[in-house]
Amino acid sequence: MKILVPVKRVIDYNVKVRVKSDGSGVDLANVKMSMNPFDEIAVEEAIRLKEAGIASEVVAVSIGVKQAQETLRTALAMGADRAILVQAADSPDQDIEPLAVAKILAKVVEEEQPQMVLCGKQAIDNDMNATGQMLSALLGWSQATFASEVKIDGEHAQVTREVDGGLQTISVKLPAIVSVDLRLNEPRYASLPNIMKAKKKPLDEKTAADYGVDVTPRLEVVKTAEPPARKAGMMVGSVDELVEKLKDLGVV
Amino acid sequence: MPKDMQGHGPELGQFDWSDPFLIESQLDEDERMLRDAARAFAEDKLAPRVAQAYREETADPSIFREMGEAGLLGVTVEEELGGLGASYVTYGLIAREVERIDSGYRSMMSVQSSLVIYPIDAYGSDEQRRKYLPGLCSGELIGCFGLTEPDAGSDPAGMKTVAKKTENGYRLSGSKMWISNAPFADVFVVWAKSEAHDGKIRGFILEKGMEGLSAPKIGGKLSLRASTTGEIVMEGVEVGEDALLPNVQGLKGPFGCLNRARYGISWGAMGAAEACWHAARQYGLDRKQFNKPLAQTQLFQKKLADMQTEISLGLQGSLRLGRLMDEGRASPELVSLMKRNNCGKALEIARHARDMHGGNGISEEFPVMRHMINLETVNTYEGTHDVHALILGRAQTGLQAFF
Repeated sequence: MKILVPVKRVIDYNVKVRVKSDGSGVDLANVKMSMNPFDEIAVEEAIRLKEAGIASEVVAVSIGVKQAQETLRTALAMGADRAILVQAADSPDQDIEPLAVAKILAKVVEEEQPQMVLCGKQAIDNDMNATGQMLSALLGWSQATFASEVKIDGEHAQVTREVDGGLQTISVKLPAIVSVDLRLNEPRYASLPNIMKAKKKPLDEKTAADYGVDVTPRLEVVKTAEPPARKAGMMVGSVDELVEKLKDLGVV
Repeated sequence: MPKDMQGHGPELGQFDWSDPFLIESQLDEDERMLRDAARAFAEDKLAPRVAQAYREETADPSIFREMGEAGLLGVTVEEELGGLGASYVTYGLIAREVERIDSGYRSMMSVQSSLVIYPIDAYGSDEQRRKYLPGLCSGELIGCFGLTEPDAGSDPAGMKTVAKKTENGYRLSGSKMWISNAPFADVFVVWAKSEAHDGKIRGFILEKGMEGLSAPKIGGKLSLRASTTGEIVMEGVEVGEDALLPNVQGLKGPFGCLNRARYGISWGAMGAAEACWHAARQYGLDRKQFNKPLAQTQLFQKKLADMQTEISLGLQGSLRLGRLMDEGRASPELVSLMKRNNCGKALEIARHARDMHGGNGISEEFPVMRHMINLETVNTYEGTHDVHALILGRAQTGLQAFF
């Protein structure tokens, strides 16, 4: 079984994000970028399926700027077999929306013929949570979202999903799109020797035009703003005082 | 002026307080990835055990195998012999990440990499390289380096260890002092005056278990307590001709190793200094006295500014030195300059950081006092601060002032 894992280069989760002064977006100059954490979980799961003898090949694909090849190298260093970079933007400020990503991925799937696409449930930069679902619709494949456990059972995948109030296990027919949630696994670190070995693994370079997909945004960002700063609180001396203050504020 | 005013406009770039020279952008993709992997290893595997190891003065020898598996040993050695095949800049970046946790762990790694793997790789025969390097790079073999003696420290030419010619090889007698890793080492690179080579200093590879070879632990160290130090005692240790490192003679043998280790130390010391600086900054932001954070006082900010300045300059200097090493253009004097500067400055920074932590600074809950005491050793070993000054003094006056 071949598994395709889409990975996105996003602002590192440790970085304190700053909004550009003109409000047009987030400042990405000199900012550390890394693989979207949910995608790391997807890569890890694919590698584990390969180590368990269930998957035969793990192909990582990234769509974005040329520097996304660093993200692909991380996937290769973790254990993916080869990588495909689809260059679709010249600047990291240029957003490629989920529908365009899904259309490109659909073409890659056509070419690669994987039996499963394992992807992160969402990217931590714009939190769309849409690409996996859109890809499923475009391909007419089954989808299992928010996976916290994945088991392959012949022609089917048993996927445990985190839903409100508990866990739901569903069986989907392969080929399928599985989008992964936080608690599926804990991704490994790439060891230094594997990082060096990853340099020798194949990385194909393509462009959005190669797939005939127009990546022009359909959405317009009207405004980007930082969350309101936390205001100072107050100390109360007693429970009575607390209740009184809450009453004053109309909370109780 | 060009229309877009790039670089000429009134607005300058953004300041990154933790990386004023934007060193991050001076590293290539491989260097950043390898550094990040080394940091993850150091935080995951080394940080959790350091407080106890330091308190109990024990070094866990399994650290070598863990470091070997992670690829931290033999960074510059070719891949066919078990190394990483990476650059000296990468080696420096790794030293910085390991010493951010503890100078003792970085010492264990430096000795293995620069003082054992390097001389076997650079001065050894093909048989010696094939026999020892894969095991040393994977950490299955632990190495140590014997140069310093009880009566020969800054003046290694005054060593008393001798190698007498025998029918099939050599007989080594003498003792070595302050040898990192010695008590649990499998491979000993030892320097001795060889009678068969006109009394010139030659390198020999000894192995654990040889008759007459012992390596007692030196106890009671108040510094680098998370790494193990010992003596090497050689009472007529018989070795074959194949134990001699064939391709070097004289002090340039050990100095070639030390220059590489000292380069790594210049990065490592900055890692320890950064740990102290960041800890002091955070403590100053969290700790309130007189109704305001300590970090809002002028004395505190002055110290933080000094730390930031010295660390930024030190790291930039080490990076430049590393680039020169990778180009084969680095001089030993520049290595002395950076080793001396960065160790001295790191020690000063650690002392201030300890002070800025107030009473809490003496607790093992905070890393600053451990770093401070460790750096006393780092500032002393591999050429003391003063001896490196003499090297630099001689280089610019032409007058030696050693003796």
